[in-house]
This record gives sequence, structure tokens and C-alpha cells, in this order.
Amino acid sequence: MKLLTHNMLTSKCLKGVSVGYPLGINATEVTTSVVDFDPEFISRLIPKLEWHALKQASDIIGEKGYLPEALIADYENNEEFLKKVHHALLEIEVVSGNLVCPETGRSFPINNGIPNMLLNEDEV
Amino acid sequence: MIKTGNMKRYLMWFANENIEFRFPEIQSILSLLNIEMKFIQKPDVTEPYWIVQFNSEEDVQQVANRSVSLKLCLELWADSVTIEDLHSQLKQYPKQFYERYFSPDETFKIELETFCRHLTQEEKVRKIEEFHYLPVQGSVKLKDPHVCLQYIEYYGTDPNKPPLHPYCVFFGRWVSNGLRQLIRTFSLKSRKFIGNTSMDPQLALLMANQAKIAKGDIILDPFVGSGSLLVAAAQFGGYVLGTDIDYLMLHAKTRPSRKKQKVREKDESIKANMQQYKLSARYIDVLVNDFSISFWRENLKLDAIITDPPYGIREATERVGTEKKDFTVSEMHLMTHIPSKIAYGISSIYKDLLVFSSKHLKLGGRLVCWFPIFREDYREEGLPSHPCLKLIANSEQILSKLTSRRMLTFEKMEEPPENQQEIKFNGILDFREKYFEAREETRSEKRTREAKLRNQNKIEYLKRK
Repeated sequence: MKLLTHNMLTSKCLKGVSVGYPLGINATEVTTSVVDFDPEFISRLIPKLEWHALKQASDIIGEKGYLPEALIADYENNEEFLKKVHHALLEIEVVSGNLVCPETGRSFPINNGIPNMLLNEDEV
Repeated sequence: MIKTGNMKRYLMWFANENIEFRFPEIQSILSLLNIEMKFIQKPDVTEPYWIVQFNSEEDVQQVANRSVSLKLCLELWADSVTIEDLHSQLKQYPKQFYERYFSPDETFKIELETFCRHLTQEEKVRKIEEFHYLPVQGSVKLKDPHVCLQYIEYYGTDPNKPPLHPYCVFFGRWVSNGLRQLIRTFSLKSRKFIGNTSMDPQLALLMANQAKIAKGDIILDPFVGSGSLLVAAAQFGGYVLGTDIDYLMLHAKTRPSRKKQKVREKDESIKANMQQYKLSARYIDVLVNDFSISFWRENLKLDAIITDPPYGIREATERVGTEKKDFTVSEMHLMTHIPSKIAYGISSIYKDLLVFSSKHLKLGGRLVCWFPIFREDYREEGLPSHPCLKLIANSEQILSKLTSRRMLTFEKMEEPPENQQEIKFNGILDFREKYFEAREETRSEKRTREAKLRNQNKIEYLKRK
């Protein structure tokens, strides 16, 4: 699971959960790979991200403080910054571990890089 | 606006299959690339060619570089119903249009293509030599010439009884080929990971074109299966996401779909397919997820959704749930519990899909999906619909005498209301129920009939001996 995917997921569908965002990450195996960098895609993507969630996830999974606290201005023209965001979003991958609902603590296992978001029949 | 008058005419030649998908595909590509095209001759749906006008040759190339239905495109110099007339037209073709292609330093070749009739090499050469009057000065080069001139003879579409003389003939300068070669590149035969219902590559590419996928778009397939639609979406520059309720499928632990394969290979996966086609840079993720329970962030906006939901025939229509009352999973079993599933009727699947799409598509974003139907019951009003989604195209692929499926393209026209409960949906016939009901014979009946026939053949064979 890449951090871009993590940025898009909530556990709001669980009973009694009001926000469910961002999900916590417990990673037991993390890999990094090289993915072709497309600055246009990243700058189109940035306004759609929840920055605080990405920053938080990158601090836990990657290097602490790798991304700044707040989104910088004029990021479209800052290639170095776009490369960093690209790395955090697409190159870091959680291979195994858990995603955790911040309100109920319900955890969702990640195996082979694929999160399992299935609920049990008593939860639906 | 297209300026008429001195505009060049182009001949677009299509593959003679999936005919209903041709027009919607080109329409989608024109709209995606913002290119204008004008018909000079009203196209006849039964003929595999169109005669059109474009503003520039670059436009023609761009369209051809996206189209899977298109075989090739010519700058049309002459066309007629008789060969003699074609030659006389060509002799009068204005010099300023062809001069630069005939200069001494341009290598060239003339190619003859016949449709629905086979000619011997000798006949072909004789026909090509009839163009001797063309004032070409360059030398002939058969491999990669600068200019390729093409002569097409069209003998109709029925290969069993082609007429003696062609219905029409065309002559022009080759401009571009379509994307037919991609169908081979993505062939399921050579794909690493496939499932029982993997989509035919040609149809997958057509869906990606209907979805108007552009570079850098985010695309979701909520019933991803073996990910065959993601391959097509990524090929056109989309970044792809998929979800499926089938854990074993996403982890490639299901029984192999190839007849000769006993066990799946260890490294089969949707990701491995993306690597095979060098598209892994555009693979985001796949998740195991029940589509009826959304884990996506409320404000997530997707550029397109392309999907082939299960019809309940070859893949089950299921969601998590139980018929038991007050069921709970005990603490002891929680770690290893596999949730039970209940039927997820086709009408609920399509209702959920339309509601989801109306919420998560960007404005102008498209949903492309298949919908199974009984041919005799088909009415356009019976298709799934949603007030915020406009049906743009609807093309039929016939599956059997009784059944077919339709590729539906919807475009999001406006944001839906907060509470979608109030939206009324027309009842969608449950395809699965009717499928098993309307089938002429049951599986066991078919088996007995076939066994009987085999037996009979065997007896006859032994008698002959």
C-alpha cells in the first residue's frame, strides 16, 4: 500500500465512527522502489491531498521530518519539493502491517502490499 | 470551425469487428483531444470506412494514435466505384497536393490492399503497374519509405461470395495506423495473471477510450478482478486503483484459469501484469473491499471509473453479510474469521455504482461499465440511470442467442444532492435469475444430450469400421 492510497481512505463506514481519518499505520515491512517521476501529475495531485495526513504517515513510515509541516507556496515550480512528495506518495510502500481506525482501534491487515478492508458480518 | 473548400479529405479504415463501438470511440477521442472532424459522406454502418475532413494532418495522427477500432488512415486522393474512373480522377488530381511527395529525394512505395478477396502476387503487381502515369521521381523502397501510397479495393464484408469487381476503390497517401497492434501486445494468452472473466484487451482499450482517460488521471475499477481494465487505463496514462471483494483473486490464490496450468505461479498479481507491460509507474494500489461499504474519503474525486461488475453467472455477486440474527464473531475466532457473504443483487450493484460515481467522479468525469441484458426484453428505459449522470453511449456486444451485454458510458453533469436516498431508481431486472430460468436446457440436460450424441457417433464409427 502506497501513502497516496492511505491518504484517500477513512474508516467512517464503521458503526459509531464520526471522522475515522487519517487511519493509523503499523508497519512491519516497508519497501522503497523507484517510480518514474511525473511533475505534472504530482502538482495536479497536491490540491487533492490531505496534507496533514500525508505528513503524519510519512513521519511514521519514512524519515521523520522528510516533508514540511505545511504545504509550501508555489509548489508547482519547485521541482525538488515535487520530487519529495512523489517519493512519499508513490515510492514508499507498506508491504505488511495494519491500518488502524483512529476511533475504534479496529485494525485492517496489509499482506503482500494489499490492505484487507473487509468487515465481519456483525459489523455491517 | 472546419474550413471547407480546399480541405483535404481523409479515409478512415476500421477493423470489421465491434462495429457498434466504432462511432462512440471516435466521438470520445475527438472530445478528449478537442479535435474537429467532419463527415463528407454520411457513413454507412455496414461499411468499414469513413470519408472525413480534419483541420490538419496532425489531428488525424493524434486520433489514430488513440483509436483501437481504426486500422489505418489515408489522405484520400481519389475514390470511385470503378477502377477506370479512379485512374481518370487521379490523372486530374491537382499537382500542388502531391508534388512534394514525388520529388527525387523522397523514397516511396505503392501498396495494394484488397478487402474480402484474395489476389495473387502477379495480379497485385499488374494492378499496381497501372499507376505508371504517376509522375514520381524518387526511388522505390519497400521498407520504411518516406511516402507510402495505398490503393484499396473493397469487395464488401462477406468473405464467402465476393463480387468479381470491387464495390469501390480508393487511392491515397498513408498517414497513420490505429492501435490494432496493442490488442496483440495485451493478449490474454501471454499475460502473466488472468482470471476467468478477464476482459478482452480490445474491449478494455475501448472502455478506456470511452472513459476519456488522459495522462495523469486517477482511475478506479471497483470490481477489479484480475485487473484487465487497469492495464488499458494505465496504457493511456491513467494512474490506476482497484478494489474487489475476492481476497483470493487479488492475492492470486484462486484456481488457475489456464487449462494447462495446475497451480498459479508464486508471483502472479495485478502488479506483475503492470510490470510485464512496463506500466508499473502508474499502478497505485488494489484493496480487498466490499463495494457496498465505502472506505474512500468523502471528498475524493476520481477522473474516471471503468468497471465490469459481476453478473452472478461466472463470478458471484456477493457482499459481506449474514442471514443469521444477532450474529457476533467470538473473540477467540476474531483473528482468523472469514466473513460470510450474502447475495448482492444486480439492481443493488448498479444502484450503488451510480450513486458512488455521481459522488466521486469529477464534473465531466465518466463511468464506463457493462450491463447484461436479455435481448428480447431490452428497452433503453430499463437501463440503470441517475439524474446526475448522462448516458453518452450504449453499444451492444452479443453473447448468445438470448443474451448480450451493453457497454454503457455515463458522464457526470452535476453534483448530486447530499441525501441520495431520495433518488428514485427504476427496477432493474435481475439478470441472474432470468438467466437460469430462461436457459433452454439445464446443465445436466445438456450433459446427457451430449453424452448421447457421443455414444451415437461412436456406434456409427464402429459400424463403418
